Amino acid sequence: MSLYFKYLLILFKSQMQYRTSFWLLSIGQFFIPFSVFAGLYFLFERFGHIKGWDFFEVALCFAVIHMAFSLSECFARGFDTFSSLIIKGDFDRVLVRPRSTFLQVLGSKFEFTRIGRLLQSGIVLIWALNNLPIEWSFVKVVTLFFMITSGVFIFTGIYMLAATMCFWTVQGLEVANIFTDGGREMAQYPLNIYQKWVAQFFTYVIPFGTVNYLPLLFILGKTKGNELLYMLTPLAGSLFILPCIFVWQFGVRHYRSTGS
Amino acid sequence: MKVYASILKLRVLIGMQYRSAALAGVATQFFWGFISIMVFQAFYEHSSITPPISLQELITYIWLQQAFLAFIMLWFRDNELFDLITSGNIAYELCRPTDLYGFWYAKLLAQRLSSALLRFYPILLVAFFLPKPYNMTLPPDVTTFILFVITLLLGLLLLVAISMFLYISVFVTLSPMGSLLIFGVLGEFFAGLIIPIPLMPLWLQKIAYVLPFRWTADFPFRVYSGHIAQSDALIGVFIQLGYLLGLLWLGKLAFNSVLKRVVVQGG
Repeated sequence: MSLYFKYLLILFKSQMQYRTSFWLLSIGQFFIPFSVFAGLYFLFERFGHIKGWDFFEVALCFAVIHMAFSLSECFARGFDTFSSLIIKGDFDRVLVRPRSTFLQVLGSKFEFTRIGRLLQSGIVLIWALNNLPIEWSFVKVVTLFFMITSGVFIFTGIYMLAATMCFWTVQGLEVANIFTDGGREMAQYPLNIYQKWVAQFFTYVIPFGTVNYLPLLFILGKTKGNELLYMLTPLAGSLFILPCIFVWQFGVRHYRSTGS
Repeated sequence: MKVYASILKLRVLIGMQYRSAALAGVATQFFWGFISIMVFQAFYEHSSITPPISLQELITYIWLQQAFLAFIMLWFRDNELFDLITSGNIAYELCRPTDLYGFWYAKLLAQRLSSALLRFYPILLVAFFLPKPYNMTLPPDVTTFILFVITLLLGLLLLVAISMFLYISVFVTLSPMGSLLIFGVLGEFFAGLIIPIPLMPLWLQKIAYVLPFRWTADFPFRVYSGHIAQSDALIGVFIQLGYLLGLLWLGKLAFNSVLKRVVVQGG
């Protein structure tokens, strides 16, 4: 773990060497989801609500998913850009070191400019929470925290799966974008507005539903039945990363160097 | 002109080599299209007001957007050109016996053309045979279709002219990120890529109608579905032409002035 923080610190210092570029990129990351959010706002201004959800409820959902996305893009960037490690043959170096490959790849790259995106979704989160009549309790705060962390786990899991594919394909696969970028776009609305098959796929296969829908119902007080169950769904969702780690280990064993 | 035509042809052929990348792109765009259609469907379902564009028109709009994404995205960029400018290799380009503006224009045009040529037909083909209500519909008549093709191609030419400014600005700033950002975020928003222009609030629509961006994407797609009447579409073609000539003229002017001031340090 201390090794991880060393990686973190070194890469942070190295990115800080290009300060202007860092700030420009961060501002950029702020405005990209901003235009998406503006679009969402204008749609609500015209239509009022979407299947019974009003603007601030969806904004909360939007904020949670975008926060999770930006955090995972910052910290799991090493897996996202993993194909370059394979192509250059740098993964061989990782293998000879006496530390786990997971930790080293995770620590190989961080994208701190995502702070802009994080800030944007943080503002949306505060705005939404201020305008929602929620009766806060300790359990709900914990649930909200779980939602974001579990989202980070799910996105990281997808990055890992995509990275594992590189062991066989060498080239990075664009298809993974469907589940990262596409998953983010989809999960910024509560899952029940979609057709059944989409909702089911994103609850049972890739568990976005456990992050943005079930616990959201609980926080907004729309649930019936056992509340504890709703609260724990994000935890179940974060279990998604376990099979991903397993697949990753399997992939590492099948690695053949490109030899360059 | 012949030089530019052959550059165009060559670059299109190069671009057409990336078939598997295109296939992945098609899959992504399908997913994207489905998601946005479902979101709009959910919005429309319980709407008490009559929206200014019908759901069927909107679905056609979205599928066209996905199919011709390479024609309308400002993010779609050529890093090679940025590198040329920032690294100073632009010196080699300046040695070429052709006008650089035309050369780059043809190159950028070819990239978009080849990318779209590989992607648009599988998307449209499948979109036509999808079950209702997700399917795309044919344009109301042949004239509309012809008008659509004309406006789409003019839109493409216009978009490349706009994107040339992006490269020109890099001569001044030396970092593509800032300009990419402004062009990307504002341009795409006002081209109706995030939400279709008819669904924007009125004050925003007014801004969008003044800017050139909507003529590249929003306009041809609405001509296709018949949401814009034929007579209006015809007037629109002339506006497109006006914008195109104006931007080409301005672009060339700006390009020549930055080239005059370009400094290449040896190396």
